[in-house]
Amino acid sequence: MSSMRLGNIILTTLSAFALVACGKGGEAGGGGAVIAIDGSSTVYPITEAVAEEWQKEGKGRVTIGVSGTGGGFKKFCGGETAISGASRPIKDAEVEACKANGVEYIEIPVAYDGLAVVLPKSNTFVDHLTVAELKTMWEPGAQGKVTNWNQIRASFPSEELHLYGAGVDSGTYDYFTAAVVGKEHSSRGDFTSSEDDNVLVQGVAGDKGGVGFFGFAYYKENTDKLRVVPIKNGDAAPVAPSVETVSNGTYQPLSRPIFIYVSKKAAERPEVQAFVSFWMGDAGKLAQEVGYIALPPNAYTLGQARFDKRVTGSVFGGHGAQIGVSVESLLQKEH
Amino acid sequence: MWKITRKRRSGLGEQAFILLCILAVALPLIVLASLLIDVAGDALGRLDWGFLTGYPSRRASAAGILPALVGSAWLIGLTALIAVPVGVAAAIWLEEYGGRGRLATFIEVNIANLAGVPSIIYGLLGLGVFVRFFGMGRSVLAGACTLALLVMPIVIIATREALRAVPHNLREASYGLGATRWQTTRHVVLPAALPGILTGSILAISRAIGETAPLIVVGALAYMAFLPTGPTSPFSALPIQIFNWVSRPQEEFLVNAAAGIVVLLVFMLIMNSAAVVLRSRLAKRMR
Repeated sequence: MSSMRLGNIILTTLSAFALVACGKGGEAGGGGAVIAIDGSSTVYPITEAVAEEWQKEGKGRVTIGVSGTGGGFKKFCGGETAISGASRPIKDAEVEACKANGVEYIEIPVAYDGLAVVLPKSNTFVDHLTVAELKTMWEPGAQGKVTNWNQIRASFPSEELHLYGAGVDSGTYDYFTAAVVGKEHSSRGDFTSSEDDNVLVQGVAGDKGGVGFFGFAYYKENTDKLRVVPIKNGDAAPVAPSVETVSNGTYQPLSRPIFIYVSKKAAERPEVQAFVSFWMGDAGKLAQEVGYIALPPNAYTLGQARFDKRVTGSVFGGHGAQIGVSVESLLQKEH
Repeated sequence: MWKITRKRRSGLGEQAFILLCILAVALPLIVLASLLIDVAGDALGRLDWGFLTGYPSRRASAAGILPALVGSAWLIGLTALIAVPVGVAAAIWLEEYGGRGRLATFIEVNIANLAGVPSIIYGLLGLGVFVRFFGMGRSVLAGACTLALLVMPIVIIATREALRAVPHNLREASYGLGATRWQTTRHVVLPAALPGILTGSILAISRAIGETAPLIVVGALAYMAFLPTGPTSPFSALPIQIFNWVSRPQEEFLVNAAAGIVVLLVFMLIMNSAAVVLRSRLAKRMR
């Protein structure tokens, strides 16, 4: 009988814990010493690097979840997290959700990411692609119709066209479709999509007619298997993504800033203030270390100033991804 | 003459069948072995004390798995504490008290169905019920409650099998001595079924170690550089950490993922062998 009684005691204890947790659960976003961060998997490596350095100096506890840009905003606007990483600016629906819960936020760009359009090494006939050609490939109307490379450009040989792209819940997909198709979150449906970019790398590398897009860091780690396509935007000469072309803004329209959103309420906590300042101080170096492209140094100064003045809201006005913006001009808009 | 050919044919058929059976056993074993060798080969250089006791890092070579390992241990411990008592009690009621009534049948059908529900659904349920409604937050307790629900049908089914395997004359002998139903259950049936119950429970709980989807929904973390301090603490878990490393661009993180997989497998192997040892020791004592 004693073991059954023990079970009862344990269960009672557990429900007591649950009640205690109830009180704590509400505070997690605002009170405790832990800085709760969630959001985009694209921003995660930078957040991780900053948190690692931060904790190395024994400055407090940070937790990071990876729910994606959209999933992160859901928690953020519910008041669960102090900071949310985002690979695209906040959208209207998310702005509304935040407003409904009285969550105000400070938007700070932390790095540039280039989206690389890649081919397998075995593809030798593509020298560059224009934005218009990318649109021909990806627009919703192309579904089931544009299936061969010779439909993209008459001079291309007859070779089946296979598309690979980021999962439709990612900020990466949102940005790419906004930049290429012209409408966010709109593309053909018959392409291989994966939330795991390594799957896309493997897919494109082994598919002679394949072409795909994902973050520049994934191309850089796989240059032995993949070839990157220079992109021709309008009348400019084709430009391939590199640290230089992304940071000086010539690789367009596929370079984008990535952001963190800091809750204004959480920003009242001294450890959050210190954490953001720490981030701004080291951001460029750490971003580069994990495969991203640093913003120009004064962008971080401006980001810090924006945070100090608690400038809330998004300079994008809730319209989601915008193409070809310079971070400095954005920050100065409300500076 | 006819008989002989007939015999011959059946002999051939039997041999073919045996061959098929051997193939059916060998094929998954070969696949499993090659997977294990492949993973172990990748992991070998990375598996050291520093990996087991380290915290996550942006440098793959410095990254360790400790918070995920401790998080998984917390999860499994709490899951067992919740799922086993409730599951075993439910099975005892169904088997010893429930009889063949409508209610019992209804519950039985539901339990069998629950065992087949995809784990992500349990995750959503956990998010709605434990995280939100009971206000547990995204804590190790909420994760464990969710996993407990997930494995409970298996615990119940295994326990019922174990109870059913107890010979009926043992019960009757006990009744014959004037014992009540509860006394019979407590002193005769349960001890006799204990090895089976324990094995079933441990196997059910080992299943929970590898679950990823429900934990992601409940809110397991990808990064924490401290250890869970109690049931209300935020947590990470081995499969989450592995998943996180697998999706990184750098090759070295994939090596870390392989090492993480080996740690997870060893963890599971230890639990499963504990089940085997427990069963044989308890079975011996019974005799």
